[in-house]
Amino acid sequence: MPKQKLPSLAVNFAGIKSPYPFWLASAPPTNTGEMIMRAFDAGWGGAVWKTIGAQVTNVSSRYSSVDLNGQRMMGFNNIELISDRPAEVNLREITEVKKRYPNNAVIASLMVESTRDAWHDIVHRAEDAGADGLELNFGCPHGMSERGMGSAVGQVPEYAERITAWVKEAARTPVIVKLTPNISDIRMPARAAKRAGADAVSAINTINSITGIDLNTLTPRPDVGGKSTHGGYCGPAVKPIALNMVSQIANDPESQLPISGIGGVATWQDAAEFILLGCGTVQVCTAAMHYGYRIVEDMADGLQRWMLAKGFHSIEDFRGLSLPRVTEWKHLDLNFKIVAHIDEQKCIGCDLCHIACWDGAHQCIHMDRVSGPVTSGPIDGHVDLHPIPAAYEAASKSAIAVTPIPKLDGSAKSGNHGPFATPLARIPRVDETECVGCNLCSCVCPVESCITMVQIPSNQPPETWAQRTGEKDCTAPNKA
Amino acid sequence: MPNPSHLEQHPEVAQRFADLHPPLSRQAALVEANRCLNCFDAPCTAACPTHIDVPRFIKKISSGNLAGSALSILDANILAASCSRVCPVSVLCEGACVLHRYNEQPIEIGLLQRHAMETFHASGAPLPMKSDVAHPQRIACIGAGPASLACAAELRQRGYSVTVYESRALPGGLNTYGVAEYKLRTADSLHEIDLIRNLGVEFHFGVNISTDADFIALESQYDIIFLGVGLGSMHKLKIPGESHPSVIDALKFIETYKTTNAPVTGRHVVVVGAGNTAIDAALAAKRIGAEVVTIVYRRTEPNMSAFDFEFDHAKREGIHFMWLTQPIAVHADGDNLRSLECLRVALVDGKPETVLGSNFFLKCDMLIPAIGQSPLVDWLSQCRGIVPDSGRVPADPVTGRTANPKYYAAGDCVNGGREVVDAVAGGKRAGIAIAAALESAHA
Repeated sequence: MPKQKLPSLAVNFAGIKSPYPFWLASAPPTNTGEMIMRAFDAGWGGAVWKTIGAQVTNVSSRYSSVDLNGQRMMGFNNIELISDRPAEVNLREITEVKKRYPNNAVIASLMVESTRDAWHDIVHRAEDAGADGLELNFGCPHGMSERGMGSAVGQVPEYAERITAWVKEAARTPVIVKLTPNISDIRMPARAAKRAGADAVSAINTINSITGIDLNTLTPRPDVGGKSTHGGYCGPAVKPIALNMVSQIANDPESQLPISGIGGVATWQDAAEFILLGCGTVQVCTAAMHYGYRIVEDMADGLQRWMLAKGFHSIEDFRGLSLPRVTEWKHLDLNFKIVAHIDEQKCIGCDLCHIACWDGAHQCIHMDRVSGPVTSGPIDGHVDLHPIPAAYEAASKSAIAVTPIPKLDGSAKSGNHGPFATPLARIPRVDETECVGCNLCSCVCPVESCITMVQIPSNQPPETWAQRTGEKDCTAPNKA
Repeated sequence: MPNPSHLEQHPEVAQRFADLHPPLSRQAALVEANRCLNCFDAPCTAACPTHIDVPRFIKKISSGNLAGSALSILDANILAASCSRVCPVSVLCEGACVLHRYNEQPIEIGLLQRHAMETFHASGAPLPMKSDVAHPQRIACIGAGPASLACAAELRQRGYSVTVYESRALPGGLNTYGVAEYKLRTADSLHEIDLIRNLGVEFHFGVNISTDADFIALESQYDIIFLGVGLGSMHKLKIPGESHPSVIDALKFIETYKTTNAPVTGRHVVVVGAGNTAIDAALAAKRIGAEVVTIVYRRTEPNMSAFDFEFDHAKREGIHFMWLTQPIAVHADGDNLRSLECLRVALVDGKPETVLGSNFFLKCDMLIPAIGQSPLVDWLSQCRGIVPDSGRVPADPVTGRTANPKYYAAGDCVNGGREVVDAVAGGKRAGIAIAAALESAHA
């Protein structure tokens, strides 16, 4: 078989060419030229240099993590500031990296005090060093914001607009404005950036956070000599927030600009999702801090295989395809109906769907396979027909159980060999007449594709809330 | 109660009987606990004779609430530490784990329970009381094995005065004297019972209750008498030469290596019988230093009463099994045992029949009969109003109440000899029932 031609991952992002859409975000993994060159060797398409600008001094410690059920770094938080290396060192290394890696994108992230001269000066120096583009850090939520920089700029659209305009006066390379999510409507600073002539935006920066408190010392994490401060939250936990904000920007005509997606990107699947919502590149930090630059190999490999399977030849082929499917609630079809279906062959009898439905949903998954008819029948109906969950537990705990001893029981030795069938009494039954199709049971079921949501025919034509209430714009849902 | 410190393991025993299943570290326990699905109306809980709320205690390990975890376990099973070591979990809680049906290893419930209990013991916390009321009634528990201990603890926690009478020098019954040391150390069994004594349960050791007068005296002093006497001595082989000093029954052999500083074994050891105790004895002989250990059994593998995991363990440690073999005589040369004479057995319509003239001699300098314990029929017959049936005390399965309402019973003497956890469950149920009966009589 001839070698399959793999789809192209090359992108041109607002005029910045990159062999892959995977960039390292401005953060510790892009602290030095040596690091960035190793990252390019590993397969990263571009790197946004750790922010260059105002002088800073860092504290220790700087990071804290939110672990979930034994898994590390579901969420991650930092109070580190921008680069604490002299600007001239960073700029000299930009020159060196660009000389050795001309095909990779090197973006200079910038943050200086809010004066026109300071911004003009740093823009000139970064471009003279050879940066392919500039990213304006209007998002750093800690430390710098107390000095009137970072998110202190990004949270006030007028400031962001003014500084972006200063930068655009001087810049010859594309200007990307990095947005803070610590604002009630991300579209406001995005619109400001567009008004000021920015070439692109990147979103999201980290989210204000306190990750937790040490219950022995009572000090929040990270602990800096018995005190702490809010930091910037990132990692897998923030991806849903980032996806929403990216879609808000992409679906807003007044802020439409190329978007570099940031927030919890760790895999090719994450990258595909950001691109489907319109992003031209994605930026990664936490996952690279967790596992190293090597993670990019599967990001490229996995994305290419998925593109191949889907018939996409380039990133542009699928960029933004999911955007038209993001709409407002009032435009959803009220007559679309699904119900839960439990695959009896796959059910292992954990019965988490039963308790979830009773305590967290609509009391329509029952443990009545033995006492009642298996299929829907007269037992369907009001929930009072069924014992409450606590009654099942009480019955189990009041039953007498003994260790099986074949010699005493007069039974054959059972052994403990599979296959293990789930007893009918432990396979829950969905009352489809009561099921509202909420998905909760399929979310809690630990067995893949055991509970599926099955569409059932609706005898009514599609109807949205907007249509039902006669809202004027009901026929014109937001178009990307 | 004697100080258990003198029963710290003999260094050689400690070395040769290291933990079969080493304890989980804190982080390993956390990972394992997080694997638990937290099933509703969990099958593991239903399968446990004491109905320990398994998902509850496991999720408390997940949340770092180890004290709460241990207390929720102890609420169901006062001997939870020893049960976590000795329970045949593969036919109980872990056997019921739904992960079997997902082609995954079941949750290591036994090891997690041990983790919670050992953390609790290390904390030095006492067992909790269940009531502040001091009831006037007094209960005597005869025997200090798991059934009596569970009954005594349940009643003491509810505010009753309880006295335990034990004929031996130490409490715990088989937990103390009869469990393989690599599963449960004698010292750990005694420590667990120390906590029950600290609740205020009174113990009297070396007391034989055997005459009619003894029972009449007990009945006059106590409102209720609980029988947790277990089973009697091991069955004899009833073959010539059995009285030789190198013929030592399995329980005696296990007790000796666990409680003396001089573990002894032969070089060529033959164990007769294929139950769990036979395997414990065979493995002990091997660990102490026997060169060849052979289990002889007159039937075949599918009939053996040992659990599968015990059989697998024995095979892994090099125990030989001779099926369809019937011992008929012990041959000795003065002080030294020489051999065990056996006959081949054929299964005729599934029934074992010896083959005439098939005699052969197994080299044997120590013989360990392990063909089960005999019931205490004679002793039980003295308990007033109780008529043993097939060697067992007839008692209500829920309450443990016997034909004589002053007598309750549970454990091996009622169930014919099951597991520690069954005895604990029976003793606990009896304790609850006795409290209810005393309360309603008092009201």
